[in-house]
Amino acid sequence: MLRDSRRTGRSAVAVRRRHKTLVYALRLLLLVLILGGWELSVSLWLDPFFYSKPSLIWDKLVIWFTDGTAQGSIWAQIGVTLQEAALGFILGSLVGVVLGILLGRARLLAEVVSPYIQALNAVPRIVLAALFVIWFGLGMESKIATAFVLVFFPVFFNAFQGAREVDRNLVNNARILGAGRAQVLWSIVVPSSTSWILASLHTAFGFALIGAIVGEYTGATRGLGLLISTAQGSFDAAGIYAGMLITTVLALLAEVVLGLAERRLLRWRPPAQASFVAAI
Amino acid sequence: MSYLVDIDHATKRFLTSAGTAHTAVQDITLQVTAGEFVAVVGPTGCGKSTTLSLVSGLEPPSEGSVSVNGQPVRGIPAGVGYMFQADAMLPWRTVLANVASGPLWQGKPKEQADALARDWVARVGLAGFEDYYMHQLSGGMRKRVALAQTLVNEPSILLMDEPFSALDVQTRALMQNELLDLWSGTSAAVIFVTHDLEEAITLADRVVVMTASPARIKDTFEVHLERPRNVEEIRMTPEFIAIYREVWSSLSDEVAIARKTGASRVA
Repeated sequence: MLRDSRRTGRSAVAVRRRHKTLVYALRLLLLVLILGGWELSVSLWLDPFFYSKPSLIWDKLVIWFTDGTAQGSIWAQIGVTLQEAALGFILGSLVGVVLGILLGRARLLAEVVSPYIQALNAVPRIVLAALFVIWFGLGMESKIATAFVLVFFPVFFNAFQGAREVDRNLVNNARILGAGRAQVLWSIVVPSSTSWILASLHTAFGFALIGAIVGEYTGATRGLGLLISTAQGSFDAAGIYAGMLITTVLALLAEVVLGLAERRLLRWRPPAQASFVAAI
Repeated sequence: MSYLVDIDHATKRFLTSAGTAHTAVQDITLQVTAGEFVAVVGPTGCGKSTTLSLVSGLEPPSEGSVSVNGQPVRGIPAGVGYMFQADAMLPWRTVLANVASGPLWQGKPKEQADALARDWVARVGLAGFEDYYMHQLSGGMRKRVALAQTLVNEPSILLMDEPFSALDVQTRALMQNELLDLWSGTSAAVIFVTHDLEEAITLADRVVVMTASPARIKDTFEVHLERPRNVEEIRMTPEFIAIYREVWSSLSDEVAIARKTGASRVA
């Protein structure tokens, strides 16, 4: 890489920069076209009561962030939802990773329980949110539980697959060099499953947010989900869009943080491969 | 008489995915003493590697027995080093960490393991590359890491499964010289599996010829070439050519059989 950049010199850098600028400009243009088209069509033909429009959504966001919402400060709502999602995410991934790796290495156990896990995976887990409200009440616990069940399965399946696909050669080599069972698990199985697990964590945080918001939507006293549900109750389409927008921004921010963590953990990979995993 | 490695009428059968039994090696008897370099040659895919798995304890024999150091093999015997055909280093560990793995797993303290590893990394000619990851190294350099990783444990029995077959000719000769160099300072027994007869004769004190699948021992030839050897020069000597001709007359039939069955399997 070093030699490449030296040989091609400054002009290649300039070309690349120009190309990047073009891409960003086109992206911006696309956004303006979509938002402008929406704004225009609602202003001219469609009923803003049902469809709302970007300017109304913007007004709603301004009100939320300056005067606060009907439930109090918007930051408090974001904080609650994030806390629920983060706790559900952490617990769900921890349990998913541990069980996935253990089951991935224990053949008999995996064979025994696999139909049950498949069945549990087929259950429409979103519906569990309603049950969790009955079990754990209107507080944070029921939302954490919903986020947990949504996060657990994808992480579990990836960790399981990762633990199964460990290169036999690596394990044999380690055993010959003197590694015991626990050392093989910790030094070989866990690191080689890491790229599988990290790939699932990207989607998992999105699931955690969905879990928290659906949980709040089902029954809560605070949070973004309640905000959306209240907006729906008062036929406030702009409020629903505004809630969606905030959630999307949160998910994207989490994605950036996870991407950084992934790059740190997968430093040992050849660069092309690492970006491929991130792209999945 | 005590042998370091004693394979006594060992047979190994595997269950194929079709549900039938495949005999990889049949009725193998082979003894190796300390300090001896034995090369095992045979047609590609005949089951030579299985012999090494039996000695390493990775696979138990279906019949017969295998002992290392007078003890029947159960699990992985102490003092065995095994260099695989494919790279088996941990890609998420640096060169130094990979070489230090063995001593660490065997319970040596971190500083001691690192010091040993640093020494061996230098001995295989990789000083300065301690902090590189595997994907940053060439094929030859990776073989050096594998060699250091195996030798750092100071094995008394070194099993090598076509370790240099993936290298280009020049690099291979270089690695062969280095191997002989590193080995000459030890009293380790080496069992070196290869399909390359030239490599076998160049390195070994004894060449064992195996038959086409299922592998049996067909012939054994002593190689009385002087040590220390230079692998590139020794090939041109008349003694080398004479023994090559002798072993090849035994091996060539098996290669022909292997080719025929291979061809019929493809057809």
